[in-house]
Amino acid sequence: MPTPPAPFVPQDEIAAIIAAHLHLEGPLLPMLHAVQAAFGHVPPPAHDLLAGALNITRAEVHGVVSFYHDFRTTPAGRHTVRICRAEACQAVGGTALADAALARLGIEWGGTTANGAVTVEPVYCLGLCACGPAAMIDGKVVGRVDGARMDAILTEAGA
Amino acid sequence: MKIYVPRDSAAKALGADDVACAIADQAAARGIDVQIIRNGSRGMVWLEPLVEVDRGAGRMAFGPVAVADVCALLDGTLAGLGPTDDLDWMKRQTRLTFARCGVIDPLSLEDYAAHGGLVGLRRAAGLTGAGIVAEVTASGLRGRGGAGFPTGIKWETVRTAPGDRKYIVCNADEGDSGTFADRMIMEGDPFCVIEGMAIAGLGVGAEKGFVYLRSEYPDAIEVLAAAVRLARAAGILGADVMGSGRAFDMEIRVGAGAYVCGEETALLNSLEGKRGVVRAKPPLPALEGLFGKPTVVNNVISLATVPVILERGAAFYAGFGLGRSRGTTPVQIAGNVARGGLFETAFGMPLGELVDDIAGGTASGRAVKAVQVGGPLGAYMARDRFATPFCYEAFDGQGGLIGHAGVVVFDDSADMRAMARFAMEFCAVESCGKCTPCRIGAVRGVETIDRIAAGDAGAVGLLEDLCETMRDGSLCALGGFTPYPVLSALRAFPEDFTAVREAAE
Repeated sequence: MPTPPAPFVPQDEIAAIIAAHLHLEGPLLPMLHAVQAAFGHVPPPAHDLLAGALNITRAEVHGVVSFYHDFRTTPAGRHTVRICRAEACQAVGGTALADAALARLGIEWGGTTANGAVTVEPVYCLGLCACGPAAMIDGKVVGRVDGARMDAILTEAGA
Repeated sequence: MKIYVPRDSAAKALGADDVACAIADQAAARGIDVQIIRNGSRGMVWLEPLVEVDRGAGRMAFGPVAVADVCALLDGTLAGLGPTDDLDWMKRQTRLTFARCGVIDPLSLEDYAAHGGLVGLRRAAGLTGAGIVAEVTASGLRGRGGAGFPTGIKWETVRTAPGDRKYIVCNADEGDSGTFADRMIMEGDPFCVIEGMAIAGLGVGAEKGFVYLRSEYPDAIEVLAAAVRLARAAGILGADVMGSGRAFDMEIRVGAGAYVCGEETALLNSLEGKRGVVRAKPPLPALEGLFGKPTVVNNVISLATVPVILERGAAFYAGFGLGRSRGTTPVQIAGNVARGGLFETAFGMPLGELVDDIAGGTASGRAVKAVQVGGPLGAYMARDRFATPFCYEAFDGQGGLIGHAGVVVFDDSADMRAMARFAMEFCAVESCGKCTPCRIGAVRGVETIDRIAAGDAGAVGLLEDLCETMRDGSLCALGGFTPYPVLSALRAFPEDFTAVREAAE
């Protein structure tokens, strides 16, 4: 699948984010979170700036960015739906719910709908294990999600 | 009239925010004076949103409350559950760590202090570091993250370790499925976590603490961050903790979706801004931890239990429990259960009582097939193990672990081969990659279980060999304990591993 070109990212904004976190002990993860919060992903130009600011290699920055599931190097869809795949949600039908959602959208885990509206990501536990199946839509939690509820969530998100 | 509507994320996931808005709107429309308090959860998740109404004669429970019920709630015509504290679920608990959770406004220091908060820290401020650590040691408190290591001994190691700088690290990377105690207390009683960390700081001589909080918990991040700001403004954190003349402050750091960062050395690497790769031990983090300095790494619940130990004394806390498992544990009952939630009880309650009596069996009404205790690395236990008392030693003796005290219930529709495959798949996804048994073994494990599914009976022995290699050869619990769910499923439910082959023949 061809990846869409990354949008233009102003380097001075990234530099400002880096500067705001330089006083922290172990600042790389807070910097990456802040960059991703601002741009929706960690654009490749940020890697050079981070490496320079922290006196580490670009390979080290890449190693950290690629290690963690949360960090993206390309933008996600306009909405991110995270569906829990862990055991407690499986015990109440989470697997069938997730399979149906992916089938409806015609995407795999981590994929984005063709219209760019929704990215579906797996998540391993949202701490909603007594009210599963659980999901999170752009940071908002929902519990006891059934097929109809998931359809409504995806429709509202524009999928 | 006071109305309590939880802000806990389980309650929010079931519509609590909409209910709170509807109550505010209706109250305004009727011109009645209603104070809405967004408390934590009482832990009865099957009743969420659990709304409590106090008209001056105590808190009366209603739940689950929908937006459509709000008019009747304010009219006084909605059928209720009676006084909250008289509910069977509440009466049967021993709430020490969670005493305030769901009772108070999580961000009111006034409420916190009115319910016993800060008594422990005030006492600690008058003790020497050695005195604080001795109290925690005498309480018998053991790590609630899963390993069960005596907290006082860990603290003493850090206290006596040479170092110009020491750290307290709170492990809030609660990634185990079926567990939500950390989330609940951070959302429902965040000052308790802060107080526990401050006591730890005074005890071992650390002036800086970090909470490593998983990104999957945005609500907990918001509440705990607000609580830290309030605690700092009130002098609970800062250069002079409660007027003790000693300093302690803390920061919240957000994880980035890596399960393995719940392992303490991977967590430390992540805090340092590195890949969350496990470190070989020794050196112990207590001697060479964060940035190479002596570091206490404790689970949220371990730290949140410290205030009550200092408040009421080590002997009081040690008076609960069974054998070498002292005190209480917040059991989290989840999955396919009629009554799911958090139930804090002294160690020793039989597993079967938790599943059949407290949780009321399955939500689906079908028979209980298996329960997984202790998260994705815990063993699957069938009914023949239900007499096992809930404590560290008894579960160890049954080839399992209590882990972070999560209990996930499955009904008889569960396919245990699929669950075993998932355990291996999860390990493969989340492996940090440092050691071979975990990195490669988990991938081979998925393939081997697929061979069994395809009818290759010879692959069963191979799977057992592989599990032995992973158990004995992995660097940390991820690769080392993944064999627990796999082998327990294989041994307790062998029919699930042969059904496909028989059907094909």
